[in-house]
Amino acid sequence: MSDQATLTDTRKGIEYVRKDMLEAAPPPANLVGPWAWARDNLFSSVGNVILTLIGVGLILLLIPPLIKFMFIDAVWVGKDRDACLEEKVGRTVGACWPFIQAKFGQFLYGFYPIDERWRVNIVYALGVLLLVPLMVPKVPYKRLNAILFFIVFPVVAFYLLVGGRFGLTHVETRAWGGLLVTLVVAVTGIVASLPLGILLALGRRSKMPIAKTLSVIFIEFIRGVPLITVLFFATYMLPILMPRGWEVDNLLRALIGVALFSAAYMAEVIRGGLQAIPKGQYEGAMALGLGYWKMTGLIIMPQALKLVIPGIVNSFIGLFKDTTLVMIVAIFDLLGQLRAAFSDPNWATPVTLYTGFAFAGVIYFVFCYAMSRYSLFLERRLNTGHRR
Amino acid sequence: MTAETVNSSAAGPPAKASLLYNPQVRSGVFQLVLGALVIWGLYSGYSNAVANLQAQKIASGFGFLNNTAGFGISQTLIEYNEASTYGRAFVVSLLNTLLVAVIGIFFATIFGFLVGVARLSSNWVISRIAYWYVEVIRNLPLLFQILFWYLAVLAAMPNPRQSLSIFGIFFVNNRGIILPKPVFGEGTSVVLIALGVAIVVSLLVKRWAKQRQIATGQQFPVGWTALGLIIGLPFLTLAALGFPVTFELPELRGFNFVGGARVIPEFIALLVALVAYTAAFIGEIVRAGIMAVSHGQTEAAYSLGLRPGPTLRLVVIPQAMRVIIPPLTSQYLNLTKNSSLAAGVGYPELVSVFAGTVLNQTGQAFEVLGITMACYLTTSLITSIAMNWYNNRVALIER
Repeated sequence: MSDQATLTDTRKGIEYVRKDMLEAAPPPANLVGPWAWARDNLFSSVGNVILTLIGVGLILLLIPPLIKFMFIDAVWVGKDRDACLEEKVGRTVGACWPFIQAKFGQFLYGFYPIDERWRVNIVYALGVLLLVPLMVPKVPYKRLNAILFFIVFPVVAFYLLVGGRFGLTHVETRAWGGLLVTLVVAVTGIVASLPLGILLALGRRSKMPIAKTLSVIFIEFIRGVPLITVLFFATYMLPILMPRGWEVDNLLRALIGVALFSAAYMAEVIRGGLQAIPKGQYEGAMALGLGYWKMTGLIIMPQALKLVIPGIVNSFIGLFKDTTLVMIVAIFDLLGQLRAAFSDPNWATPVTLYTGFAFAGVIYFVFCYAMSRYSLFLERRLNTGHRR
Repeated sequence: MTAETVNSSAAGPPAKASLLYNPQVRSGVFQLVLGALVIWGLYSGYSNAVANLQAQKIASGFGFLNNTAGFGISQTLIEYNEASTYGRAFVVSLLNTLLVAVIGIFFATIFGFLVGVARLSSNWVISRIAYWYVEVIRNLPLLFQILFWYLAVLAAMPNPRQSLSIFGIFFVNNRGIILPKPVFGEGTSVVLIALGVAIVVSLLVKRWAKQRQIATGQQFPVGWTALGLIIGLPFLTLAALGFPVTFELPELRGFNFVGGARVIPEFIALLVALVAYTAAFIGEIVRAGIMAVSHGQTEAAYSLGLRPGPTLRLVVIPQAMRVIIPPLTSQYLNLTKNSSLAAGVGYPELVSVFAGTVLNQTGQAFEVLGITMACYLTTSLITSIAMNWYNNRVALIER
């Protein structure tokens, strides 16, 4: 009885206990906000303070002068070098953008005849129109799109750019230049290196000794030498190796060199993907009665390529940067055109060099950075539980 | 009955398939065709080449290596002048390639590790700077960077009369960097011998210290001993010999410097661009390697009572090195191959001198390019063999 009473009493005694959850109290003021963040990330120790100061100093040393040069002190309009000469303008002169304006046509098209530049524009537009839907995962008809981009587009672009048929005047590749050549070399390298690379990767993993040996020799040889020697080889040796009277176009030689070079690298990327496919996939395909090509085309390659898409994009970035090397074999890509523009006496000013480098640097950076961001995006998207 | 028929048919010879569908026959035929195609391609290339070379009256064979080169080279590590042979020019240019590659690898490794660690720094400013450094450098073509350093930075340096002077000993101008030149007197070889002895003794001390630690658990400061030996012993020898090394200081006379050693701007541009470029890649490799070591390893080391320094040195870095070494090797090879881009600014290395000037003068493209490619292939092979050896040594030994 008394026990019972005590229990009830106790129950009554704890009536004050709160029934519902209390709102969480805000963290102490010194643990949140920018100051706490700065203390944790920037000033947590003496060494860190010094590092932060050095870092801020570096930024101050680089960024404000850069912005001042590119925008604040820049000259935006002008006809010739007088607009960008300090003694004529009477103030400090930053970037000389009229120089870029004057040379813009050359940077985009090289010495492509001005009346025919619409052809290049169509090729640019077609390329963008086909490439953008290919890159956005949500857009349907990927297969058709890929066929159009990788097979139809190069053919159309070839006839449009070279001409000589369908009532278009012929344009020598010697007149090509600037971004046109950069993109032609890059796209040819990309389009040619994929199938070649797939074949080489399959050859390297095949059980046929002759095919395997040839693939290994080719891949290791190309990967062991610099691109520039391959380009030299293509430039000097191809005319000698061809039957007498066959002319190989200068640009075509460089294209062959670049395509072979990037194929060897592509082969290694794809081989990485092939190696990551579990044996069960091969066995499953064989158990279904698929032959080698059907097994490769329907089961293995789609999975392997999906695994290495980021790697493929990375080697495209490398290829895009490597296109600058054609400059050394006297083909005027964007960088070559830039260097040629520097020697124009009409625009000889102290800031011409820096302006040109800033312009070309921004173009190269935008292309490559966009590609690397895209590869990161793909990596995240494709990483859907295939990793074990 | 039925069972028996099935059995007998299974035991008997398999149904004869057409030879067309026999995988062995197929692969055999395919390979024969492939081999024949390659041989045909090689042969027709060869015969075309012979015909073309005869028509253009270009000599073949390696005899040209003994002919007089007749051109000068702006940076030579060994004796060379215009009367030297093409063979000599080849050796000079090969040495120049190796010089820039070795120095480049050295600095790119140090700088790359710094960038990688900075990327992982808890300091926000530092890690952001490292991030943007890597992004900007990796996304600009190397040739662009070489040209930038050469044309925009080094060519913009003042002329020799207005050289930037550092302590009055080093001078920077648009013709390069002028350094004091060491002149070795008698007895320098003794110093080199002392250095060699110091290195050997350090290695012996390291072995002895390891054995002692395994046997007794006592540690011995190997690093400091080795440092002391390697710096101290040659220095003492120098002092004992009365410092036979003197320095020839550069001096401004008229419009240029006399005396001293000049580092040509092409070399500086190439080196700076190569180091900056490769360091960005090495930084990413180092970062990936350190991140690949699971955090549990660090925690386990802390719980064993190791402090952060030894944890990094004894636990994290040895494991990270396993991940770092293979891609690091390919970066070293890339740097060596990328040094060929010097052809864009005219640094006298293998491609610009040998595959450039010599090829143009002799026209013997096949021989010249063959030798050039063979050099790069050999370098690649030697580096990858050495690195594979090292990699095998540090690789994880599993049960």
